[in-house]
Amino acid sequence: MGLIDTLLSRVIGKEVSPGDIVIIDVDTVYAHDGTAPLVIEVLEKELGVKKLYAADKTYFFIDHSAPAPHVSAAHVHREMRRFASKYAIRLFDVGYGICHQVVVEEGIVRPGMVVMGADSHTPTIGALALYSLGVGSTDAAIAIAYGKQWVRVPPTVNIVISGIPPRGVTSKDIILNIIGELGTDGMLGKAVEFNGDTLKHLSVDSRLTLTNMCTEMGAESAVIPLDEITLKWLEGKGVTPYRYVDYDYKKSEFVEEIVFEVDKMGPVVAAPPDVDNVVGVEEVEKVEVDQVFIGSCTNGRLEDIELAAKILRNRKVHPRVRCIVAPASRRVYVEALRKGYVDILLEAGCIVAPPTCGPCVGAHMGLLAEGEVAVSTSNRNFPGRMGHKNSKVYLSSPAVAAASAVEGRIADPRRYL
Amino acid sequence: MIRGRCWKLGDNISTDHIISGKYKFSAIDNLEAMLPHVLEEVIPEFYKKVAKGDVIVGGKNFGKGSSREHAPRLLKLLGISAVIAKSFAHIFYRNAINIGLPVIVAQTIPEVSETEDIIEIDLANAVVRNVTKGIEEKFKPFPKELMMILESGGIVEYIKKYGVPPWVRSTE
Repeated sequence: MGLIDTLLSRVIGKEVSPGDIVIIDVDTVYAHDGTAPLVIEVLEKELGVKKLYAADKTYFFIDHSAPAPHVSAAHVHREMRRFASKYAIRLFDVGYGICHQVVVEEGIVRPGMVVMGADSHTPTIGALALYSLGVGSTDAAIAIAYGKQWVRVPPTVNIVISGIPPRGVTSKDIILNIIGELGTDGMLGKAVEFNGDTLKHLSVDSRLTLTNMCTEMGAESAVIPLDEITLKWLEGKGVTPYRYVDYDYKKSEFVEEIVFEVDKMGPVVAAPPDVDNVVGVEEVEKVEVDQVFIGSCTNGRLEDIELAAKILRNRKVHPRVRCIVAPASRRVYVEALRKGYVDILLEAGCIVAPPTCGPCVGAHMGLLAEGEVAVSTSNRNFPGRMGHKNSKVYLSSPAVAAASAVEGRIADPRRYL
Repeated sequence: MIRGRCWKLGDNISTDHIISGKYKFSAIDNLEAMLPHVLEEVIPEFYKKVAKGDVIVGGKNFGKGSSREHAPRLLKLLGISAVIAKSFAHIFYRNAINIGLPVIVAQTIPEVSETEDIIEIDLANAVVRNVTKGIEEKFKPFPKELMMILESGGIVEYIKKYGVPPWVRSTE
């Protein structure tokens, strides 16, 4: 049993096995302005429910098109505010930040919880040793209305990461290396658990990137067991685990175990048109870049901005490049400001945007024209993801992104570190 | 019995392919306005060519990517009666069942089918046929609760009929 089946067994009060379909009380549900409008429609128009059993466990976020780039978005934002106010649902309005970042920062999701998020990158929060499931709007609506949902207990694959990350290799490079090996359907129908000595070298910021990207290999969920690093991070925020689960991965059995030697990895990018099209950064160094985006639920945290600032300090963004930096949350923004990173980025010629998912999902704040090339720290490089169908997205770490912003072409960050 | 004309698609059809984020977000309060953009990069003007009852046959990892439920909803709105694929991304799979769009996991039918073939699906007996090619494949039957959701036309219709979702009903 991995941590997820151990946790689910604990919550349900009897031992469960992979493949079992179980009914479970959901501890937290959240949705954003891309999915909440349909949640509201299902609850009010389609179901016409009068009472929401889990309203006090529900959180709304306005993060995808924030601030509203057009009247359509303004309209759904207004609807979200009206609905949240009517049912006493806590709403994080424009400016708070990206849902997966805010729920961990604010201590809304805590180790041991069962969480459903109406967003595919909900596995991000599994870095805090909890069970996360990304769902659609109707699933979220039913969880909010009844407080319960069904889940199929996923078989867990143990991904063991071993060794000290070499210079220029971030957790984004680690997970892209892994996706390159396993493919975009490599973990379909499975959950991923991370273990191994590399975790000792990865902060919570870095770990959230690992779990975030598991979505891109089809994983239903991702998790990292509780350890000293996470406990210390929680302590700093005054947050305690929600449920204590007695768990030791060394005593666990998994459907599969895959070992990755991190000390042999180098900086990589995922070239278009898919996330498993992973190549060493040195192989694409000639590709000219029009836009760099540093942000998103994947890489918009303080550590990411710090890394970008380190590379961009006393340097200039190449004249050909628009370099957009969007901190993942207001807290990240304020911290980056206090530490002087925002100054460095602005001096270098970056555009520092408010917290938003915007560019990653092609919603607003920097869409690409036909033929343009972006280096982005986000999570998807599907055709047309960030703009015109004939624009191209290379996914990378913040280090590769910042180095590329300086050189105007995809660049190896090791020259700057 | 579901019977319709086949649209053969490849592996890894994402929810971005079905409806790109840039259209979803620019018309977020209007599902109908998104229709012209459904699968547009895969089959140009798909919304004009598709007919009521048509069946989509995909490959591996159908519906991967975003959790946007607009993807299966738009397919259903265009008249698609079922999606057959070798495997599905889990959120798309749950979303499709929730809105009453049958999603069938099969291995042979996606191999042999071509666009324009006639496909039949017998949900009750868990059989899918390519009538044109004369090839039949059994699939794993749906658990009783999911079958009842599909038969009701989705979870909302189920709740209207029985008062609560099947998993709440079974614990009462």
